[in-house]
Amino acid sequence: MKYVDEFRNPEQAKALSQEIRALASRIGRTRERPLQIMEVCGGHTHSIFRYGITQFLPEEIEFVHGPGCPVCVLPMGRVDDCVALAELPNVIFTTFGDAMRVPGSKKSLLKAKAGGADVRMVYSPLDALQIARQNPYREVVFFGLGFETTMPSTAMTVLQAKAEGIPNFSLFCNHITIIPTLRAILDAPDLNLDGFLGPGHVSMVIGTRPYEFIASDFSKPIVISGFEPLDVLQSVWMVLKQIAEGRAEVENQYGRIVPRDGNPLAQKAVHEVFEVREFFEWRGLGSIDYSGVRLRDAYAAYDAERKFKLPNLRVADPKSCQCGDVLKGLIKPAQCRVFGTQCSPETPLGALMVSTEGACAAYYRYGRIDTSGLAKRPQSNVTEIAA
Amino acid sequence: MNSLEKTLAPASTGRPRRSLRDSHINLSHGSGGKAMRDLIEDVFVGAFENPILAAMEDQAVFPLADFARLGNRLAFTTDTFVVDPLFFPGGDIGTLAVAGTVNDLAMSGAVPLFLSCGMVIEEGLPTEVLRRAVASMKATALEACVTVVTGDTKVVGRGAADKLFINTAGIGVVPEGVNISARRARPGDVVIVNGYLGDHGTAILIARNELGVECGVRSDCQPLGTLVASMVAACPDIHCLRDATRGGLATVLNEFAESSNVGIRIRESSLPIREEVKGACEILGLDPLYLANEGKLVAIVPADRAESVLAAMRSQPAGKHSAIIGEVTEARSAGVILHTTFGGDRVVDMLVGEQLPRIC
Repeated sequence: MKYVDEFRNPEQAKALSQEIRALASRIGRTRERPLQIMEVCGGHTHSIFRYGITQFLPEEIEFVHGPGCPVCVLPMGRVDDCVALAELPNVIFTTFGDAMRVPGSKKSLLKAKAGGADVRMVYSPLDALQIARQNPYREVVFFGLGFETTMPSTAMTVLQAKAEGIPNFSLFCNHITIIPTLRAILDAPDLNLDGFLGPGHVSMVIGTRPYEFIASDFSKPIVISGFEPLDVLQSVWMVLKQIAEGRAEVENQYGRIVPRDGNPLAQKAVHEVFEVREFFEWRGLGSIDYSGVRLRDAYAAYDAERKFKLPNLRVADPKSCQCGDVLKGLIKPAQCRVFGTQCSPETPLGALMVSTEGACAAYYRYGRIDTSGLAKRPQSNVTEIAA
Repeated sequence: MNSLEKTLAPASTGRPRRSLRDSHINLSHGSGGKAMRDLIEDVFVGAFENPILAAMEDQAVFPLADFARLGNRLAFTTDTFVVDPLFFPGGDIGTLAVAGTVNDLAMSGAVPLFLSCGMVIEEGLPTEVLRRAVASMKATALEACVTVVTGDTKVVGRGAADKLFINTAGIGVVPEGVNISARRARPGDVVIVNGYLGDHGTAILIARNELGVECGVRSDCQPLGTLVASMVAACPDIHCLRDATRGGLATVLNEFAESSNVGIRIRESSLPIREEVKGACEILGLDPLYLANEGKLVAIVPADRAESVLAAMRSQPAGKHSAIIGEVTEARSAGVILHTTFGGDRVVDMLVGEQLPRIC
C-alpha cells in the first residue's frame, strides 16, 4: 500500500534497531534497572504487538502500556448505564463496534442486543444522527466514547443535531481527556517511567503544547509518535537520544499529521459543546479529577444523562482483576493472577482483555510468542521453498 | 419435503408450465396449493430440470454404479446460506448456495455431483429477487457441473425470516487413494492458497453501505471443484484442504495446526491480498487474515509436490493467483506464526467472536 508500506520497511527497521541498541547500551552502563517507556495510546500498544516491535529492541528497554485505550478504561458502572439505556423500550442505542463486548456487571451490549435491545453498530456519530432522522418516533442514543481523537466528531454531530432541530437524538457522553490522566500517572509516588511515546491522533487535535508540563515539571522526555512500526521505532530512538543527552523535551515524530497547535476548528467545536467534569471514574485507575467531559447546559436537550433516568451506580471491578496495576505499569499482563485463565478474550473479566488495543488482549493474541522464546529461533527455510 | 418434485409433474406431461404473476411472494405460495405450483413451476423448474428431478418422486434416486465409476467413497455435506445483502458485487445468495456446498464437497477431494435446495422465503419478498437468486444458482451449478435433484420451499410470515434463506446439501464421490484430512499436516509440508484473500468479506462490508465508501472489490464467490480436480491430478496425496470461509485464512490454519498437532509459519510478504482490501482493513482496523472468502482454499501438500500442485492450480481460472505462503513446522506449541513484512513474528490466533471495527 502506497504511503503505508514505506513506514513498514524492514531494512530501515534493522538500521534503527541497531542505533537503538547502541544508545541503550550507552545509557545502560550507568543504570541498574531497564528503561521504561510508556506508550500512552492503545493504538501504539496494538502496533507494538502486531508487528513484533519488541523483537527489535534490546532487553534494557521495556514498554509500559498506558491508559490510552478508551474502551479499556471504561468503568463497569458506565457499561451498566449503556445497557440500561439500550434496554429502554423506545431506544435505539448506537455504538462503535469494539465497545459492544465490554463486560458490565451483568452483561455487555452484545448480550443486551441478543436479549432484544436495539443496539446498532455505527462507524461515526453522524451515522447515529442519520438513524435518528430515519426513526423520528424512536429515541436514538449515541454512545460517545474516546479521547480528544473522537471528541470533535461527536461535538460536530451534536452541533448538527441542534442546527437541524432533531429532538430524538441524544449523546451518552463518556469522552475523556488525556492530559489530566498523564498528570495523575506522573504524580504517582511509585513512578518508574523514563519517558513517553505521546498519542498521535489525540495530538492531531490538541497539538503538542499541552504536553510541555511533562518536560518542564517532571523532566521526562515525550515524543509524539505515529502508529506505523517505523514511527514507533523512531520515536523510541528519539526518547533514548533525549535521555542519553540529558534532555527532557516535547518532540514531534508524527509531524506529517500533528501540527504544533493541533486543529483549531476541532478544538473550537469541542469547546463549544463540552465542558470538563469535576471528576470521572476510570476503570482500574479510580476517579481522576477533570478527566472527563459532559455536554454544556446549552446542549442539555441532547444529553442522554439528563434526558433519561440512569442507574449511575459505581460498580467495583472484580476482586481478582488487576487491570489497574497493568494500566499503571506495575505488572505485565501475563503477571495478572487471572490472565489467560478466568480472563481471556472469550470471557473477559477486565476491559483490557476486550479491545484489540487493550494490553491484555494484545498480549494474549500476539504476545505469547515473546514468552515462548520462539521469536528468537533461527528463521525457517520458507523463503527457499517459495522461491 | 420434496414439494418441488411433486409439483414438477405437470411440467413433464407436456402441458404449458404454470406461471407466477404475483409481484411478491405471499403465504399462499408456501401452502401446497395452486399458488405454490405456480411458483415452483415458473421459478424453479426451468432452472433445475433434469432426469432425476423429473422422475417426480419424493426423493432423488441414483444408480450406485455411476458413483462407483468415480471413486470408492461418498462425501455428503450441508450448509445454510443467510447473507445480508442478498446481492453484492461478485455474487449473491444463489451463487453462494451452490458454490458453498460444492466447495465443502470438493475439500475432501470429492467430485461434486448432486445438490438439494431448500428455500425459506419471507412473505413479501419480491418475486424478481427470487428469480435472480435462482438464476444465479442455475448458472453456478452449470459452472460447477452439479445437478440440483431435489428441493423444498417454505414461505414464512414477515419477520420470521430475513428475506431469503437457502439450504443446500450435496453428494460427491471421493476418488480412490485420495485421503485429505485436517489431521495430516506434517512438518516440512508447504501451505498454498489459490489467490487473493479477503475479497468476499470486504465486498460484503462495502455492499452493506454502512461505510459510505466505494471500492472495486468483488466477492470471490466461485465453485472450486475443477480446481481441486486439477490439484488431485497433480498430487493425489494432498494432505489437507479446506475452504477459508468464515474466519478466513487464520481460522483454517489454526484448525490444521491443532488437528495435526504441528506449527504453521506463514510469511506476510507472500500473502496475496489486494491493495483495496488492505486499505479497507487499515481504515476499519480489521485483519484481512480473518476476513471471509467464498472461493479460496488452503492446501497443505508434501514439499516435493508443491511446485507441481502450484503449477496445476495456476493453470486454472480459479487458481491463477495461487501462491505458496508458508510451511508446516514442528513448533506445535507456537500454533500459527506470521512473519511480518516488517521483520517481526506474531501469533495468529483463532478469532474470538466477530471482528469488530475499532473506535479510532
